[in-house]
Amino acid sequence: MGSRLLIRGARILDPAGGVDEVGDLLLVDGKVEALGAVGNIAEDTPELDAKGLVATPGLVDLHVHLREPGEEYKEDIRSGSAAAVAGGFTTVCCMPNTQPPNDCRAVTDLILNRAAEAGLARVRPVAAISMGLAGKALTEMAELRDSGAVAVSDDGHPVENAGFMRRALEYASTFGLVVVNHCEDLSLSGRGAMNEGESSTWTGLRAQPAAAEEVMLARDLVLCRQTGARYHAAHVSAAGSVELVRRAKADGLPVTAEVTVHHLLLTDRACLDFDTHTKCNPPLRTEADRLACIAGVADGTLDAIVTDHAPHTDNDKAVEFEDAPFGVIGLETALPALLGLVEQGALSLSTVIERLTAGPAACFGLDAGRLVPGAPADVTLIDPALRFTIRPEHFLSRSGNTPFAGWDVCGRAVATIVAGRLVYRWPDGLVPG
Amino acid sequence: MAFAHKSLLGIAQLSTEDIITILNVSETFHEISLRRIKKVPTLRGKTVVNLFMEPSTRTRASFEIAEKRLSADGLNLSPSTSSVKKGETLLDTARNLQAMHPDILVIRHRAAGSPHFLDKHIDAAVINAGDGAHEHPTQALLDAFTIRRQGKSFARLEVAIIGDIAHSRVARSNILCLTRLGAKVRVCGPRTMLQPGLEKLGATLYDRLDDALEGVDVAMALRVQLERFGGDALLASTREYARQFGLNRQRLERIKPDGLVMHPGPINRGVEMEPDVADGDRSVILEQVTSGVAVRMALLYLMAGGSPDSVTKES
Repeated sequence: MGSRLLIRGARILDPAGGVDEVGDLLLVDGKVEALGAVGNIAEDTPELDAKGLVATPGLVDLHVHLREPGEEYKEDIRSGSAAAVAGGFTTVCCMPNTQPPNDCRAVTDLILNRAAEAGLARVRPVAAISMGLAGKALTEMAELRDSGAVAVSDDGHPVENAGFMRRALEYASTFGLVVVNHCEDLSLSGRGAMNEGESSTWTGLRAQPAAAEEVMLARDLVLCRQTGARYHAAHVSAAGSVELVRRAKADGLPVTAEVTVHHLLLTDRACLDFDTHTKCNPPLRTEADRLACIAGVADGTLDAIVTDHAPHTDNDKAVEFEDAPFGVIGLETALPALLGLVEQGALSLSTVIERLTAGPAACFGLDAGRLVPGAPADVTLIDPALRFTIRPEHFLSRSGNTPFAGWDVCGRAVATIVAGRLVYRWPDGLVPG
Repeated sequence: MAFAHKSLLGIAQLSTEDIITILNVSETFHEISLRRIKKVPTLRGKTVVNLFMEPSTRTRASFEIAEKRLSADGLNLSPSTSSVKKGETLLDTARNLQAMHPDILVIRHRAAGSPHFLDKHIDAAVINAGDGAHEHPTQALLDAFTIRRQGKSFARLEVAIIGDIAHSRVARSNILCLTRLGAKVRVCGPRTMLQPGLEKLGATLYDRLDDALEGVDVAMALRVQLERFGGDALLASTREYARQFGLNRQRLERIKPDGLVMHPGPINRGVEMEPDVADGDRSVILEQVTSGVAVRMALLYLMAGGSPDSVTKES
């Protein structure tokens, strides 16, 4: 007898399948067995009462940093995947800028072994494009794919050399891997700690213009057209970038793109009092950029909403703004923050859920993000009416570097199910396996 | 009644009334520097730490003299005499200083926002003596004080600030301070040195120096900080800068007949201005330095809890 779980009376929301109805959801042996009116249920099937809750496909985050191996004092695969399921994410794709970087099979294997030991979220590694993230020599992409890598990226470091990027696109496409680039022309961004604009004129901080992102993205789109290779733009943050992706898609290029939660919620005005918890890369931009990103999510130009979960300890961040490391965490705040945008009317609930489920899954070709018979039994139950205050001390992440501390929010994941097993329940926490 | 602010982090936090209060209090302290015995007991028993994490001669000397004339106990720390070289963080340095209970911490630091960071973590009043390219509020206040002492009214005042606005904390604080006092501010320099959003700060942009100088009351040249360029191509050469943006006798004819020439120092003679302009009768550059002591005495007095209404400076 395999495992069984019956979710009773939820509002089942699977935007990609056009499903939005109140009903039951039966999970059997790690797969979705049936939904809606479920008949013929074995008597001893465990039940989960989900009245008033929204059941969505388990959330998928294409862009997280789990810091293992190498910087376990910030986060490790267990604490990071605990934070994931606490935030409703059942699949997270971890970036390769660890120490050592994930540029070979040994590191990919280690990540997958650690994730299996944790037994919480599905951890899908993104391997490096280049050895040592140095932009010089290609990684063994076929072996990395066969080991479990779902995409390649030198995230944190842009691929600076156009000729190398062209080869990376050609090589990765041979093995069906999408190339993900962190677009930042370093000659334009300099050592900029925040966005260049009116706010940086106030702070006097070294700043980087939106053009630093747009210039490299435009180059990549030209190379994408030349090679025909699958390309994914990481954390698009500028209005000009959204427009570049929109036009590329209209031209039929095989391009997808993501945006972070914090770029949808915050602007560079948050940097005005030098709070290092607002320092991230790409930097928080202007209100016009933020609105352009929201419009990009709404019209499908931006396929995925990601966290770019980048843990740093209080100690790392308690320094001068220009000396602080880039990055904010997001796994445990993404859903409440985005539900705030839904409450404001900026985005519909079904759009937000699509960009957190089927949208990202399609970018990397993951078998995730749907609630149909036969799909993996990954489910997130959301209580849209639950009000609470974001407190970093309550996070399961090892780090607390969030720009959302103290925010009063409404709605969160209250139960997270991975492969048919309840792994997280609010407010009790992780469910022992 | 005490001054409304615990610390002086920048002009941005000050209201017009705050600025006028500081200028008025500075006036009463200015006279002390002209006495034969230049010392009053006003801050006796108060401890002031001068934490200068970046090279400075005149600002540091100005603060030290201001502290001595007020009878405060001053302590000077710089990177070479502190634990910074041993890898101590700014926060730990601040906490250790705080444990010795100073009353006022004067900080000069290369990183914008450092005084704000310290202010959140220590009880002592913090005075920003220059943070990166952010603010230099005491410089802006002493500039305003100098202008006022020359008998100028801010209401109809027009000031041209010339040079590297984008990388200048002096420019930023002066634009904020002068516009808050009601003056009009023009800025002029190559566009590599003018950052976006300057208009939002209240400044008007000029490409040609002759246009910027036409009819102004004050021409304020900024130091060309070659040491801060860091390889960024902001200028072709100091030769071309001097020709296009340097002040000389001929150009000075465009400013008002009683117009002033100012410079925060140190001057690159022959770059920002010709020596005969720097030393000429329109120049108030050394008056700025004298004003600096008075303004810093006033700020130390106010930050130590002194009342702006009844200044105690009798010996």
